[in-house]
Amino acid sequence: MSSTDTVDMMQTRPQPATAGDYVQLMKPRIMMLVVFTAFAGLVSAQSVAGVAINPVMAAIATLSVALGSGAAGAINMWYDADIDALMKRTSTRPIPSGAVPREEALAMGLIMSGVSVLLMWLASNVLAAGLLALSIAYYGWFYTMLLKRRTPQNIVIGGAAGAFPPVIGWAAVTGNVPLDAWLLFAIIFFWTPPHFWALSLLAHKEYEKANVPMLPVTHGAKATRNQILAYTVLLAPLGVLPVFTGLAGLVYGVAATGLGAAFLMLAYRVWRSDAGDAGASGASLKRAKGLFAFSILYLFLLFAVLIVEHGFGAYLPVPGLV
Amino acid sequence: MSEERPTPLSEEDTTAARKAQKRRNVWLALALVAFVVLVILTTIIKLSGGAVPERM
Repeated sequence: MSSTDTVDMMQTRPQPATAGDYVQLMKPRIMMLVVFTAFAGLVSAQSVAGVAINPVMAAIATLSVALGSGAAGAINMWYDADIDALMKRTSTRPIPSGAVPREEALAMGLIMSGVSVLLMWLASNVLAAGLLALSIAYYGWFYTMLLKRRTPQNIVIGGAAGAFPPVIGWAAVTGNVPLDAWLLFAIIFFWTPPHFWALSLLAHKEYEKANVPMLPVTHGAKATRNQILAYTVLLAPLGVLPVFTGLAGLVYGVAATGLGAAFLMLAYRVWRSDAGDAGASGASLKRAKGLFAFSILYLFLLFAVLIVEHGFGAYLPVPGLV
Repeated sequence: MSEERPTPLSEEDTTAARKAQKRRNVWLALALVAFVVLVILTTIIKLSGGAVPERM
């Protein structure tokens, strides 16, 4: 199918775009997780490094991360409008539904990118601004334009884009990025494949239709289930690692151990199922859906505990470790 | 050779489009004002020395 055909498939909606359509362009659900993890990095850095930044500057830095995430989302929607029109899950997005013209989405993405980086620079330092610029380019150009349609490892390599926010938050406070910040990066990096592949087990037919080489399309459901389990086996202990560097305390340690064990159990159940296979049972699909939902909860709770420990004085050192 | 002309918008559609354009202009203006306010705010904080991280 040529790109002209797919562009023709985009509906032309008689109603003019609403503010909600422009909000949708920024992928608000992803933005929330991005802001949350950046905020966790910012709060942890203040506590670990023993420095405090001006709360207004901290708020502007957090807003910059939100704007940067929205900018990358808009650029992604601009570029992917042709394949979004082919998939049921994405066909109602602002561009394929005809609400927002493609060029408007691109303009919005580019302007917001510039504004977010500039604001970050003004509110914090050049390192944080540079990392924000890098993460926008990584998602909007490297992942969206180079990786997504070329390799089944797209979301593994591209996952780094979503892992940057806590590092940016950390850099905004201290002006450097120590090992602890990269640990938070690694947690999100290794979390992305099982999170996304659980969803792709459910939507692989759609990706196939749009010719996107997701792992279940190129290597089959069994290989995807194997990879989900392998990445979860790596993620579960990695999630506990901040306790050993002193970044996280007792509460985090207990939470990360429990959540990691639950993640492993759910990944194991998906591994044993036939989710993603032709004629997969309803129970198997439910397991994949359950893993996808739990993965979001896992990351949210892990970073929430970090915020509570460092922002609300709940940090209790683990005996024998610090 | 007959040239195909675009169908003109109905009066109702034109009014709706104008309203949407007006709404968009207001949002853009607000976003611009917000950006200017944020730049001024960061400048004031920096000039008053409040942007330097303090030891806790």
